[in-house]
Amino acid sequence: MFRLQGKLVDNLPKVYGLYTGGFLIFILLMSILDKMGVSAQTIGVLFVAFTICIYALIGWLSRTMELGAYYVAGREVPAVYNGMATAADWMSGASFVALAGGIYFGGYGYMAFIVGWTGGYVLVNALMAPYLRKFGCYTVPDFIGTRYGGNVARFCAVVILVVASFTYVTAQIDASGTIAARALNISYATGVWFGLLAILMCSMLGGMRAVTWTQVAQYIVLIIAYLVPIIWMSNRQGFGIIPHFSYGEAIQRIQELEPMVKLGLKATESFPGRSVLTTPFNATGAPLESWKFATLALCMMAGTASLPHILMRYFTTPSVRSARKSVAWSLFFIFLLYFSAPCLATLTKLQLLDPNLPTAIIGKPFAEVANLAWIKNWASVGMVVISDSNKDGILQINEFFMRPDVVVLATPEIAGLPYVISGLVAAGGLAAAMSTADGLILAIANALSHDLYYKMIDPKADVRLRLIVARVLLVIIGIAAASIASLQITGILGAVAWAFCFACSGLFFPLVLGIWWKRANRQGAIAGMILGFGAGSLYLYLLQTGAITPWMGIDGLRFGMIGMPVSLVSMVVVSLMTPAPSADIQKMVDDTRIPTGGTILDAAH
Amino acid sequence: MAPNTEAERIEGHWSKTRTLTFVILGFWFVFAFLLPWNTKALNAIPFMGFPLGFYFIAQGSLIAFVVMIFVQNWFQDKIDDEYGFHEE
Repeated sequence: MFRLQGKLVDNLPKVYGLYTGGFLIFILLMSILDKMGVSAQTIGVLFVAFTICIYALIGWLSRTMELGAYYVAGREVPAVYNGMATAADWMSGASFVALAGGIYFGGYGYMAFIVGWTGGYVLVNALMAPYLRKFGCYTVPDFIGTRYGGNVARFCAVVILVVASFTYVTAQIDASGTIAARALNISYATGVWFGLLAILMCSMLGGMRAVTWTQVAQYIVLIIAYLVPIIWMSNRQGFGIIPHFSYGEAIQRIQELEPMVKLGLKATESFPGRSVLTTPFNATGAPLESWKFATLALCMMAGTASLPHILMRYFTTPSVRSARKSVAWSLFFIFLLYFSAPCLATLTKLQLLDPNLPTAIIGKPFAEVANLAWIKNWASVGMVVISDSNKDGILQINEFFMRPDVVVLATPEIAGLPYVISGLVAAGGLAAAMSTADGLILAIANALSHDLYYKMIDPKADVRLRLIVARVLLVIIGIAAASIASLQITGILGAVAWAFCFACSGLFFPLVLGIWWKRANRQGAIAGMILGFGAGSLYLYLLQTGAITPWMGIDGLRFGMIGMPVSLVSMVVVSLMTPAPSADIQKMVDDTRIPTGGTILDAAH
Repeated sequence: MAPNTEAERIEGHWSKTRTLTFVILGFWFVFAFLLPWNTKALNAIPFMGFPLGFYFIAQGSLIAFVVMIFVQNWFQDKIDDEYGFHEE
């Protein structure tokens, strides 16, 4: 056994090195069990149980009764580790499970998510993170409240934060419930509550500190779980050792195959939630195509730079310089998954379409396909449907229905990989969903406990009481989110895009201009938040109720395109119509821009 | 030239920081919007076996974003050091 000399932060490479090694040995052990004939079900359970126990252990070891540790992990997280934690915080169940499937079905239009969810970090680094770190706040509304002054501004920021994060967190709890239900063979409703319990175990006792160290562990699991199947499959199917740089020919081949399999034929039957492939893989030059790409990417980027659960991760680094460095590492770690998703989508599509490959199903005799093990397996849980609509005995492209999630979840089976990989993928998906849910629930609970309770309701509360309130709120929010998730209202990705649009409609310009425009004042910020958020929400509401049709292709995924301009214009106009902020505030903005010196807010504010 | 007063030091530091930020945002605009906007046209050019337009939105722009942040931070560190705003 090894002993820790000194504090955890001094031993991180050793601790996480051992952890990663342990996890790899565990995978090896599982594949031995797999070979010995242990059922896929048991292996799935072992994977999920083992990883959750580790996270819970880390959560328990990181328990704390200190404010700084609870809210900002003691501001001692080194840049690289904070990068990993942010990457796990960032990559949700949707990124892990649905992204590759989305690309498979959506092609060019969908890839705006990939560009948006990575390019957003350029904005985070250039405009936000270092300055917010210098400010020394505990939460994002803390910045708004101090920079602009007054409880109204703080309260508006809290409301937007709660709406955006809550929309997002229900999707994450939904994803963890779905994965837990499948891996543990329990009902979806039980899965949701089980998922919530696992999420709370990671965050309740240690707040940000516990979430940080579990997120690092979760990142390691999720990236191994995403990359191993792709690389394994690629080697098995002869696409190259590391397929990422050599799958270009596969794209050309898909473009050749698309007319041959008559891509574009509409399905003559329908199965809710499952669809047939109709969209070409590459750009087609259709009207508004580029515009829709750009608007979606912009909403996702601005949303990235205003989502509080991401911004608050950069409050945990020791210095401004390390905050910047950790944004760079965050994006690098995120990039590893995001540049793999199109690769996975391409290879899966090729395997299903290309008649020269043994895995092809389109154009094959219907009875033969219906007998494939993976088709039977996924059809039994309703994820895949094949139906010989035109009764010609051949499976056509418009007769193969699947849920987008299948691309990630079933690819190991399509390629004939052992069951151990499916267990690994389940553990990875769960890690992705749990880590994001943890970050979001903590962001909401911290905003409510710090900004609403401590700053606005009871400024005399002592540390003990504040931490108890923070934990009670954490549990309440978790329960509320799980209750809504169990209603299963929207699909995972719809809810995720909404969260980004809510956040960028209300918070993007008040945050950016708070740092970059000294003249921005309280009235302007309040107008920017209320009108921007209001306009975006109203537009979404009208769309959802069917009162209007999308204008210029701006649909429910990109309603930030309505909210953001309203927010910017109203903030600038109202700021200029009202008096400039006081000299003290202007001095505060100057101080924010200098990397050295103490934080603007003192440590125990 | 070493700046004379504290105010000059702060002003000089901020003006260089601002310029750097705008340059980076210019590059960001190219890789986030300009190239993806022209995917269809760029696809006519082959690159490592990929249609170039597809390559950018699937990989090239992403790599550019990562590099951009590291480069910005490297220059920002230099600016901080130059004006004596180096942290411990």
